[in-house]
Amino acid sequence: MAAFNINVNGTNRSVDVDADTPILWVLRDELNLVGTKYGCGIAQCGACTVHLDGTAVRACQVRISDVSNKKITTIEGLSDDLHHPVQQAWIEHDVPQCGYCQAGQIMTAAAFLKENKAPSDQDIKEAMNGNICRCGTYNRIQAAVKTAAKNM
Amino acid sequence: MSTINKQLKRRSFLKASAAAGGGVVIGFTFLASCKQEKVFNYADLPTPSMPDNWTTMSGYIKIGENGTISIMNPNPEIGQNVKTSMPMIIAEELDCDWDDVIVEQAPLDTEKYKRQVAGGSQSIRHDWDLLRKTGATAKAMLISAAAKRWDVDPTTLTVNSGVITNGKGETLGYGDVAADIIDMELPEDVPLKDPKDFKIIGKNTSNVDLKGILTGQPLFGIDTKEEGMVYASMIRPPAFGQKLVTYDDQAAKSVNGVLDVVQIDNKIAVIAKSNWPAIKAKKLIVATWEEESELENSIGHNSDMDELLAQGSEEPRRKDGDVEKAFAEADEVLERVYEAPYLPHNCLEPMNYFADVREDKIYTKGPIQTPQWTQSRIAGVTGREASEVSVDLTRMGGGFGRRLYGDFAEEAAQISQAIGKPVQLLFTREDDMTAGTFRPASKYKIAASIKEGKVTGYKLTEACMSANMYGLIPNFFPAGAIPNYQVETVNKESNITIGAWRAPYTNFLGFAEQSFFDELADLMKVDAVQLRLDLLEDAKGPAEEDDRIEYSPARMQETIKLAAEKGGWGVDEPGVYKGFSAYYSHNTHVAEVANVIMKDGTPVVDKVICAIDCGIVVNPIAAKNQVEGGVVDGIGHAMYGDFTFENGKPSAANFDKFRLIRSMEAPKVEVHFVDNGLNPTGLGEPSLPPAGGAIANALHKATGERLYKQPFINQNELLG
Ligand code: FES
Ligand code: FES
Repeated sequence: MAAFNINVNGTNRSVDVDADTPILWVLRDELNLVGTKYGCGIAQCGACTVHLDGTAVRACQVRISDVSNKKITTIEGLSDDLHHPVQQAWIEHDVPQCGYCQAGQIMTAAAFLKENKAPSDQDIKEAMNGNICRCGTYNRIQAAVKTAAKNM
Repeated sequence: MSTINKQLKRRSFLKASAAAGGGVVIGFTFLASCKQEKVFNYADLPTPSMPDNWTTMSGYIKIGENGTISIMNPNPEIGQNVKTSMPMIIAEELDCDWDDVIVEQAPLDTEKYKRQVAGGSQSIRHDWDLLRKTGATAKAMLISAAAKRWDVDPTTLTVNSGVITNGKGETLGYGDVAADIIDMELPEDVPLKDPKDFKIIGKNTSNVDLKGILTGQPLFGIDTKEEGMVYASMIRPPAFGQKLVTYDDQAAKSVNGVLDVVQIDNKIAVIAKSNWPAIKAKKLIVATWEEESELENSIGHNSDMDELLAQGSEEPRRKDGDVEKAFAEADEVLERVYEAPYLPHNCLEPMNYFADVREDKIYTKGPIQTPQWTQSRIAGVTGREASEVSVDLTRMGGGFGRRLYGDFAEEAAQISQAIGKPVQLLFTREDDMTAGTFRPASKYKIAASIKEGKVTGYKLTEACMSANMYGLIPNFFPAGAIPNYQVETVNKESNITIGAWRAPYTNFLGFAEQSFFDELADLMKVDAVQLRLDLLEDAKGPAEEDDRIEYSPARMQETIKLAAEKGGWGVDEPGVYKGFSAYYSHNTHVAEVANVIMKDGTPVVDKVICAIDCGIVVNPIAAKNQVEGGVVDGIGHAMYGDFTFENGKPSAANFDKFRLIRSMEAPKVEVHFVDNGLNPTGLGEPSLPPAGGAIANALHKATGERLYKQPFINQNELLG
């Protein structure tokens, strides 16, 4: 084990884990930030999506040894008070069913909309294609991303 | 905090007692679970402020002195939204303001809550009357309390949003009089509202856990953290039919963070300080397995089921008239066979469970659809009394039937007992997909006879691995609609574990039957919708006389007409190929029109228009979400869901091999409710069974090819 210093949601944290530990498990088990979810562990479902220096990444694929000097943002740190336009749009469309995939969906959408200010419907569908929603809330996810795009 | 217990009146389902958080606490019910930290305060989603004192009325309602009302959600929440909709029903009859309500999740306590199960789309239908009476009784008691204070006749008082007003215009809030109801006689036969006066039911209401979900709060089973808890990951036989011989755990034990490796029956559990070491070490265990029973193959199952179909059964599940005679005298007979694979549930939150088996009691917590059954299962495997086992419920990242089965809860309890520590067992995705309780593979043979333009006979034979359709299904449509009608079921034992999968049996039967009727309509040269309406007309008489018949022909006709109207059935739209399907299940009538369009030579499901009769819609925005999800789920599995076995081993273990429907493949879903004011029925499942048939019928129009085999991509590569 080794000590790693990382920056999560603007705070410097130190964790003592093996170098190959995916940040997904560091966030969940070591730092008690459980909003980031485990769904597949092989980059297929998107439930674990977080931002690494503002870019959406799969936390199950990023090792702790690869994130020094980088900033991690999780769903807990996306906004102080639910004010992020994506969260607001998720409220407006009452998107979740079980809710398990939604943190990952929101993190993917937030990173996507930073780069694409005026996405088409097709752009949105494509951007969200890496995030599985087993409950099938895709209609609402797409509608909410569209609403959020207007308010970014 | 001190507790004074009071003698409670038990002569009715509703009990009143007093409770206070500041200094003196009277009562017994929910103080232990009244956790203030569960309440989040965010600027834009108003949350009522927490009171100093609660008055507990029955197991369901607590009223604070400041007017804040806490309502318990009795049933497990798997994404079907009962945690919002069940409390809405109580709040409606209580006549309070929904903004003053907080909702808490009740633990297992069948004395207070009777049926605590999430399954079969039954929560709302089953508890509708009970929840209404609970709210109405509490309201009547609060009114009497106010009447006593003012010394007036209770009938002279009015209530609006939790405020009671007398003839002089004076007011008392529920919070002001709540403490007065302790020891009050419980009223009988309280009046219920006329549904036209509903203010909360029928109004779009946000999911009560929405804020927590959107900010990543620890709501789910997997998020459980308890004092001293360790983590476990389990190795199970890689193939069905195998048993453990030996294992070498030396390398695994040397992984940083690994605490122990223990054998549990036929399995090996790795115990670690956190999840990653457990998952990593698991791969380092070298285990030897031997064949205990046959290692089965899907190819073998396929021919087994063909044989079963050919054999049929001597004891039909339902038999009207004489189908053989009808077939012999027919002008024409249509016979088709439909085939479906096993399916894993793939809840996005993998199975997990927390257990702490102690000398004095067993504390458990997790995502489970059947807490009471799980309690007895845990007692069974640990050799303890059920009364020693507590079960707390968490939100669930999907259920779909998988969480009806507490196998993972049993395992967690066994591990905790073996190591003497509180433990959380987590399935990796691979564990979750391969150690399932799968939807069984099945085949249906359907045959119908036509004479002089009428359907005279209908025979359905079901061949399934391990188990057959449940009791009521043979009485679904077209029972009663066709004079000579017969349903037979046959199965073959298998060592592959099976279980209920969202809309058990009908999830595939709906497709088979509704594809068959489409083909039958073609053969008879009648419109597909008209054929169904005509058959339903014929079913009306028999349905009145035969109370085994499950569906309502008249309600189904209304639902079909609404779908046909909203879906523009019979209206020509260039480039749009439409398919129709209608199916009754879980007490709810559903009809769907699917639109397929061609994109670059590939048929694409563009849109599904769904009409649904579930009676009164408690929470429209969430109800629509259920229907949308059910349609997308039905389409996804019909198109892509492929799961087979070779030498007892599943063909897929993760989402790289098992394809779930994604954003780009999901059609638009439009939902229309039949407005008839009847008591509500379930919504979690019924929109799924007709979806496969609707798209198969539309795809047939677009491609000219009939689909008989799920997943459709295996029959027609163009669809991939
Ligand atoms: S858990 Fe990382 S993509 Fe699924
Ligand atoms: S809301 Fe359940 S997985 Fe998306």
